[in-house]
Amino acid sequence: MFDPQIIFAGVLNGLLAGGVYVLVAVGLTLIYGVLHIINFAHGSLLMLAMYAVFWLWRLLGVDPYVALPLVIAGAFGFGWLLYRGVIGRFSHGRDENILLITLGLSIVIDNVALLFFGGDTQTIDVPYAGLFVEIGAAFLPLPKIVSFAASLLLCAVLGLYMTRSDTGKAIRAVAKERQGARLVGIDVDNIFAISYGIGIACLGAAACLLMPSYYVTPTSGHAFVLVAFTIVVLGGMGSFIGAAVGGFIIGITEALGGLFLGEQLGQIGISLIFILILLLKPTGLFGSRA
Amino acid sequence: MKSSTRKFSRRGFVAGTTAVAASGLGFPAILGAQPAPVKVGLIHPVTGFVAYNGQQSRLGATMAVEDVNKAGGIKGMGGARLEALLGDSQSKVEVGVSEVEKMNEQGVAAYIGCFQSPVGIAASQAASKYNTPFLIDVGASDLIVNRGLKNVFRLKPGFGVCVDQGVAALGALNKAAGGPAKTAAIVHESGEFGTGTAKLLAGKLPSIGIQPKELIAHDNPTRNFDNIALRIRSMAPDIVMMSNYGNEYMLLARTLFQQKVNVAGFFSVLGGGFNYKFVKEMPDVSQYMMDVNHWYNPRSDKANALKKRVEAGGALFTFEVYLSYSNVMLLAEALERAGSADKEKLTAALAASEFKAELMPYGPTKFVNGQNRGARPAVMQSLKGDIEVIAPEDVSSAKAVFPRPKLG
Amino acid sequence: MSRTALLCLAALAAALVYPLLVPNYLVNIGMLMLFTAFLGQSWNLAGGYAGQTSFGHVVFFGVGAYTSTILQVTYGWNPWLAWPIAMLAGGAVGWMIAVLSFRAGLRGSYFALITLAFAEVFRILANSVPFTRGGLGMLIKADQRPENFQFKDSIWIYYLALALCVISLLIAWQIARGRFGARLVAIRENEDAARALGIDVFAEKVKVLTLSGAMCAAGGTFYAQKYLYIDPSIAFGVDKSVEMLLVTMVGGAGTIFGPLIGSVALTVINEATRGLASVVPALKNVQPLSLVVYGVMLVLIVARLPDGLMGLFRRRPRHA
Repeated sequence: MFDPQIIFAGVLNGLLAGGVYVLVAVGLTLIYGVLHIINFAHGSLLMLAMYAVFWLWRLLGVDPYVALPLVIAGAFGFGWLLYRGVIGRFSHGRDENILLITLGLSIVIDNVALLFFGGDTQTIDVPYAGLFVEIGAAFLPLPKIVSFAASLLLCAVLGLYMTRSDTGKAIRAVAKERQGARLVGIDVDNIFAISYGIGIACLGAAACLLMPSYYVTPTSGHAFVLVAFTIVVLGGMGSFIGAAVGGFIIGITEALGGLFLGEQLGQIGISLIFILILLLKPTGLFGSRA
Repeated sequence: MKSSTRKFSRRGFVAGTTAVAASGLGFPAILGAQPAPVKVGLIHPVTGFVAYNGQQSRLGATMAVEDVNKAGGIKGMGGARLEALLGDSQSKVEVGVSEVEKMNEQGVAAYIGCFQSPVGIAASQAASKYNTPFLIDVGASDLIVNRGLKNVFRLKPGFGVCVDQGVAALGALNKAAGGPAKTAAIVHESGEFGTGTAKLLAGKLPSIGIQPKELIAHDNPTRNFDNIALRIRSMAPDIVMMSNYGNEYMLLARTLFQQKVNVAGFFSVLGGGFNYKFVKEMPDVSQYMMDVNHWYNPRSDKANALKKRVEAGGALFTFEVYLSYSNVMLLAEALERAGSADKEKLTAALAASEFKAELMPYGPTKFVNGQNRGARPAVMQSLKGDIEVIAPEDVSSAKAVFPRPKLG
Repeated sequence: MSRTALLCLAALAAALVYPLLVPNYLVNIGMLMLFTAFLGQSWNLAGGYAGQTSFGHVVFFGVGAYTSTILQVTYGWNPWLAWPIAMLAGGAVGWMIAVLSFRAGLRGSYFALITLAFAEVFRILANSVPFTRGGLGMLIKADQRPENFQFKDSIWIYYLALALCVISLLIAWQIARGRFGARLVAIRENEDAARALGIDVFAEKVKVLTLSGAMCAAGGTFYAQKYLYIDPSIAFGVDKSVEMLLVTMVGGAGTIFGPLIGSVALTVINEATRGLASVVPALKNVQPLSLVVYGVMLVLIVARLPDGLMGLFRRRPRHA
């Protein structure tokens, strides 16, 4: 069990698993960083995006990777509308109300999905699912390598967008100082909606990358939420680089925890890291403020 | 007319039905003459994490209620119809108990449910307050029937019996193949059902010359089985045994296949995902996998007819469907003999039941402390995109392939 | 003020008579409402008055449930005697979490998330350590005698829930009108200003979370005795945490009657929407619809009543 070959393979597995966590977490950290809310509907929206990928494949035969731009655009639009039409409008600008509304939305979305898609497990069987790369003791499935690379790429693109584009700069301004941003003429509500949309678009990407190796049911999105919160806290709420680094750290922790403590108790590693980071360095690895 | 309806419908049934159909008025008159319906409370988790399983159970039970009614209702009670009350436990103990109370108010004669063992434990306890019979259609935990409650009946085998049968079948297979399997890794979900099954397995495997190397528990849901696959590959057991729910079963099977884990056999006990959808959608992954589970008797015409009907309706013929179906039939048969929906009489009739659960490969029903001793699981193997029964021999449909050919 | 007192007395009288008039099913629903209100109130002390929103309050519930159940099942204690021990255990865990996280200066979402993580740690531990029997769960033997904390007639468990609820209301009332409450509200509104006023912010927050934890643990024991079975996901699952937070916020956080009103409203909505599916034949096969309606109602309540349902009874808006 303590064979370095196995540990090496475990680390690689963890890194690849972390890739998708990163995307889920990046969406969460963006929404938190800008809107200062904890999005309880995150898991449900991930599930919805996974169904979108599934149906595109089932009905139109679209490969999940080909569907990537389409699902990202759709998820952005859906998120934007959701904020404009429901969350922003009904929350009266109060954080605790946003929390309740996202909670309510999550119940609605889960059950609408159950109503229309049924409760059974759906999977996508892509021809490349069985391909893998062998490095030492590690068998790395191709879909996971792709999702790892793609999530790095998407994070980089998002990072560039946030630093270079006008909208990105406006988002960062709003995240730093709401009132100030309003005073210099930024449409804060619109920035909120756009940020929420981008956060959900990240979920769209995560869904496309997940589906070749995962499954979807009306409750399958929730499995990723707690781990995403952990990553967000670990990296520092609102920090992209933090989310990326945090995602990989958590992926590896989970893998090694599973190897040494058993898969069940190993999950405790994630929560313990979470608690320790909060207690010792609440700003996270890359966060700027408590 | 009213008082003679029953005689009339027996004497000249064909003529009678044409007349009724033609007039269109006679039917309500017949209904009006019927005794009060017998209410059956169906409590299943049709929303939440196990919504699919709950819906399958509900499907099977409501089909059975329809069939009983179509066949003339409970003849021992003057042709009384069964009426299904549909309850949703929302996968929560409190809600399940709440449904028991509500349905008691509506005057149910018996309950059928609950899929999840914790809900079944609490709901049947609540029903015992009213001495109302509670039939556990699905619910693996042996805690359910070991509490001394007189109102609880379970037609299907508990995990203890499944483990015994599974170990016996595996032992026979292994012996016939010259004993290629000497060690096993057991992967199980961390809840009541997986943990209990795995512990029993680990205790019984040495008796057939197989040493359990390690018990690996995992959470529900588990996002990623890569590490479990890695561990299994590093300890190189001869067989991998699994006991978990549908999604994790499927994901684990797929991961083990993708990671090219080569063993003599995959053998699950109550593997939640071993069903037609799995073998049809992932024929390569499922090929040669074995499972000990509730299964229908492939040699039973009734079971095959029901399978056709369920599939014609666009649903899968999963174990929830025929277990819940059979439980309604068990109840109907007990009502026939009790001749009334009186709870005491019904409980006594159920306790003395010799119901023939012909959809499944069961012996005659015999309840001991509420557990049917005639129940037995079947051992199946996925072969060429279909599911074949490989044991017990009297109901088998194919010969097992063991050890399995090595993966490329 | 006397009008409020009269109203309270009338409500109490109604609650006392209620189970005598309605069928068992409604007694059970009433019990659930009162019990959820009690749990909600325990959340409200810390989350409402002191503004320390927690996402993992279930950790106290679970510690209470497991403490009394282990004492009873493994060591043969009488559950009534195990009850105060369970409360002590819940209080101790509350104290520990409070000291750790407030010492580290955690506030707002950070505090909320750490409580969530603690609940998760306890769930995994309960699943892994031998003395909880892990995933097998713990079954309490049915022995329906009052001295055994089990009741044959569900009316008694209803009255017990009523007593718990009334006690929790009295605690909330005592806190709300006293200095302790004033200090908590000051901390909620502005921690730094409260500190400047000479309030020992850390000590007050630790005090309230300890109290809240003990109360919630009492609920855990009550639950275990009512349903006679617990397992790690029942005792430490996130559902219960959300439920406590939900009833309180919907009713009105930081108000005495908020949790009760919220619990009554949400239970009624849940029962009504669930009942809908069994009454309307066309809805029989679309059970999820009842939860869709429930979720929509939740969103609408928040949209219409940003102060919670208690906002209906208040003339002036709260300064938040």
